[in-house]
Amino acid sequence: MIVIDPILHVEGLSKRFGTLPVLQHVSVAIARGRVTAILGPNGAGKTTLIKTLLGLTRADEGRIELDGHVLGDDPSARAAIGYMPQIARFPENLTGAELVEMLVDLRGPGATLDRDLVDRFRLGAELTKPLRTLSGGTRQKVNAVLAFLFTPTLLVFDEPTAGLDPIASGVLKDKIRDEREQGRTFILTSHVMPELEELADDIVLLIDGSVRFAGSLRDLTARTRQINLERAVAQLMRESIGAGSEAA
Amino acid sequence: MKTIAKVMKYELSDVVRSRWLVAYTLFFLVVTDGLLRFSGASANAELGLLNVVLVVIPLVSVVFGTMHVYNAREFTELLLAQPIGRPQLFGGLYLGLAIPLSLGFAVGVGVPFGLHGFDDPAQRRTLATLLGVGIVLTMSFTGVAFALALRLEDKARGLAAAIAIWLLTTVLYDGLVLVLGAMFADYSLERPLLALMLLNPVDLGRVLMLLQLDVSALMGYTGASLKSFFGTSGGMLLAVGALLLWAAVPPLAALRRFGRKDF
Repeated sequence: MIVIDPILHVEGLSKRFGTLPVLQHVSVAIARGRVTAILGPNGAGKTTLIKTLLGLTRADEGRIELDGHVLGDDPSARAAIGYMPQIARFPENLTGAELVEMLVDLRGPGATLDRDLVDRFRLGAELTKPLRTLSGGTRQKVNAVLAFLFTPTLLVFDEPTAGLDPIASGVLKDKIRDEREQGRTFILTSHVMPELEELADDIVLLIDGSVRFAGSLRDLTARTRQINLERAVAQLMRESIGAGSEAA
Repeated sequence: MKTIAKVMKYELSDVVRSRWLVAYTLFFLVVTDGLLRFSGASANAELGLLNVVLVVIPLVSVVFGTMHVYNAREFTELLLAQPIGRPQLFGGLYLGLAIPLSLGFAVGVGVPFGLHGFDDPAQRRTLATLLGVGIVLTMSFTGVAFALALRLEDKARGLAAAIAIWLLTTVLYDGLVLVLGAMFADYSLERPLLALMLLNPVDLGRVLMLLQLDVSALMGYTGASLKSFFGTSGGMLLAVGALLLWAAVPPLAALRRFGRKDF
């Protein structure tokens, strides 16, 4: 796939855990100002790819470039990235407001709490309570507010709507769309295909640690001649399994 | 340093509000106050307290520390994704746990002694040694907790390893030393035994305190040989140096692991 004006370049990324290859020469470019979904079956390497991008895991080979800066040991390059992890677990005795204060303290000035998002999530009063007293869904809302605290160029969301009720899930999806209109880039993972169909512009499909497809959602459905994302992805996975068994 | 202080500030304010820490501080307050009330002399209270300190501090530091690191796993990942270096983040997380644990112990023991009051400078010195030994053990075993939780992915295995290390250092080690002593009773064992003391921070702390309390005579020939070694300024320096090394080595090993780990 040729990406015009990519924000992120992944080149020849490989990672093994012991003898198990998790990523195998992954090369992909992520388009600026679009929402890219990373998909794949369990164990395909989605989480490892995202963790390598965030600096949580170190690649054995290859490199990742964000806006011309190589992501590596220099932590300052991560100032351009916002992250919303799948599991929202925070220090139990701090309040949401203290957590916001902590991240602002760590990342320096330039952070503003998105009051509008806080109001739409109805989080106002919840931010003053210890985080241990909040429900899983409310913690997930705090998680989302933290990711939007800064104005990073790239936002990485791992299963963002997991644990959110339909209203909050709608609020978050609207927010993602608004921010994309403002020119921000998103990388998402999710197991909920209709959600990705609603949000994603581009798809990167990983199977067994290799990129099986990278391109627009439209290209994917056209190429596989399927009516929706779920069927298109299933078709590619089947083809992949077929190719694997033929090779064997 | 600034980043370490920032991470530490929030970690500390979380740990200080933990019910576990409050219970830990209250435990030392009640035990110290009880010993001071019922033992009469503060030297006896210090001796009684020594046994509590040597067992409880390693246990709480290593078990509470291991659980704390496992529970903070997702939050640690969120912090690692921020533009801050791994060594600074580790420093903040480690000190944010080790300092409140040390303070909980120091307040729990120090306040009753302060309230009961004592004038003897020798007893003050002993209390200072007890506090120092307790803080070193906290630093050391909190470091062990971090090292274990960072090495073992499975929480149950991590916790089991933490308890095993506590058992080994506080209970089994002395038994092993005793067995070795009995097996090689025909040989001159002073030097090997002294070396074995230096290899376990719990034993080292005990020896330093017993020498301060002047009860080494109760240990017969062993006590005399310990006194003749650790009683000299060189021996004392070696013991204090070894104890400080024990405070530094586990957290440094954990820091090394934290720097290389794939989360």
